[in-house]
Amino acid sequence: MIVAERKPFEEIKSLLEPYQKVLTVGCGTCVAVCLAGGEKEVGILNAELKIARKLEGKPIETGAITVERQCDMEFLEELDSMVDQYDALLSMACGAGIQFLAERFPEKPVFPAVDTSFIGVNRDVGWYEEKCRACGSCVLGLTAGICPVTMCAKSLFNGPCGGTNKQSCEINVNQPCAWYRIHERLSKQGRLKNIMEIHPPNDWRNQAPRTIIQPGYEERLKAFNGK
Amino acid sequence: MKSESTLEKILRAGQFAFTGELGPPRGTSIAKVREKAKHLVGCVDAVNITDNQTAVVRMASWAASLIALQEGLEPNYQITCRDRNRLAIQADILGAYALGIRNILCLSGDHQQFGDHPQAKGVFDIDSIQLLAMVRAMRDDGKFQSGVDIDEPPKLFIGAAANPFAEPFEWRVHRLAKKVKAGADFIQTQCIYNMKKMREWVKQANDMGLTEQVYILAGITPMKSVGMARYMQTQVPGMDVPEDIIKRLKGVDKNKVGDEGIRIACEQIEEFKEMKGVAGIHLMAIEWEHKVPEIAERAGMLPRPKV
Repeated sequence: MIVAERKPFEEIKSLLEPYQKVLTVGCGTCVAVCLAGGEKEVGILNAELKIARKLEGKPIETGAITVERQCDMEFLEELDSMVDQYDALLSMACGAGIQFLAERFPEKPVFPAVDTSFIGVNRDVGWYEEKCRACGSCVLGLTAGICPVTMCAKSLFNGPCGGTNKQSCEINVNQPCAWYRIHERLSKQGRLKNIMEIHPPNDWRNQAPRTIIQPGYEERLKAFNGK
Repeated sequence: MKSESTLEKILRAGQFAFTGELGPPRGTSIAKVREKAKHLVGCVDAVNITDNQTAVVRMASWAASLIALQEGLEPNYQITCRDRNRLAIQADILGAYALGIRNILCLSGDHQQFGDHPQAKGVFDIDSIQLLAMVRAMRDDGKFQSGVDIDEPPKLFIGAAANPFAEPFEWRVHRLAKKVKAGADFIQTQCIYNMKKMREWVKQANDMGLTEQVYILAGITPMKSVGMARYMQTQVPGMDVPEDIIKRLKGVDKNKVGDEGIRIACEQIEEFKEMKGVAGIHLMAIEWEHKVPEIAERAGMLPRPKV
């Protein structure tokens, strides 16, 4: 899932300073799971905003709604009849959701309430770890299911480097060396030959905005462009 | 000869090579580079010019290399993958070669988090092994990484680093093999203190036939103090400093510790001169350049051969 962190309250407050009526829009998918921008977090943030602004003598009126997914126009539709009542929108979705919300309501200022952090996993409640950088050319089949792009601080394709510190990364003793683990796991599986050959320079496909049309859906793109 | 490097000539002639190191200044002082360089002239066959080592901004390694060249040294131009992508690296290589640089050392680079700009974006477009392969293709095939032809390709003598000590130890020789396959002509190792492990690694390299394909220069850094030894042992990732070394340094008078450090280095050099598979020494006298003539003399490395 996409993992996000709520921005510091002061930063959010300062973004909203010129506005009196703000609609806080939560997202019910990834950011809800990682406890950053779901229905509960919308309620908490609005309460904080109201108190802070009241204390400053500049009260704010807030609305709250949490949609299933902000990265899907179908779910943003339900906001159509609401947004006119507000000066600004505060999105608690990931960066993708925020942009789609802004695209849906181009006349309204839209602000982020979270910092989108990474694609990651839920190690335990409230504990998330980055696992994927969406480089666009997955090598997990070669590297025993451990991503060298994400988990190696230098994104090496032919690791480990000379900085591997016993079993840790040179940047931090608490960060395991990805290549130590790749070697260990491949060795146990009898697949070390996977990394004996030189892996050529990566084809970085995440250097420009990407669009994917699944086979069979090409007509939709044509229809969209025709609009 | 693959290149026009004097270091290559010396190694091909079967001479025991001796390379040094020079860290560029954190500013624009040509005088400081010249001052460091003058201690090394006549003592070493080539001198590594480090590239923003420990991720701290310094004068560009190609620029300091050119100053070293003016001083009569043969630079070994270090280049890392941390600060530039494949376009910038290839462009710098063309420029460096055009202006007289003949040796290059291909490195991944210390992570930017260590340095003076920890918020920098690390590039790491390619890694050190991919860099080696790229430089080799530039020289031998006359092609850029993209496959496009180079007009007058750079004929560089290509070096790589190796750490014989980092875990997993059994992988180390295979990583060396990958570097050789990618295009390394010579290897300079991490600073060696654990001689037992070094002997084992060289033996593995001999057994795999690697030392017939690549020249290995053993990395030596004399300890200046007990504090330095302790720091290297506990704070520098990938470094292996056995307790014996520290005991030895502690066992002499306080004002003789530096001397003892040099003595240990000389003993290591003596052993490497006789070790099958080792073709020379890479001396990293960190901020101790003025001691290089003394170390070279005491290690019996002078005079340097003329080729």
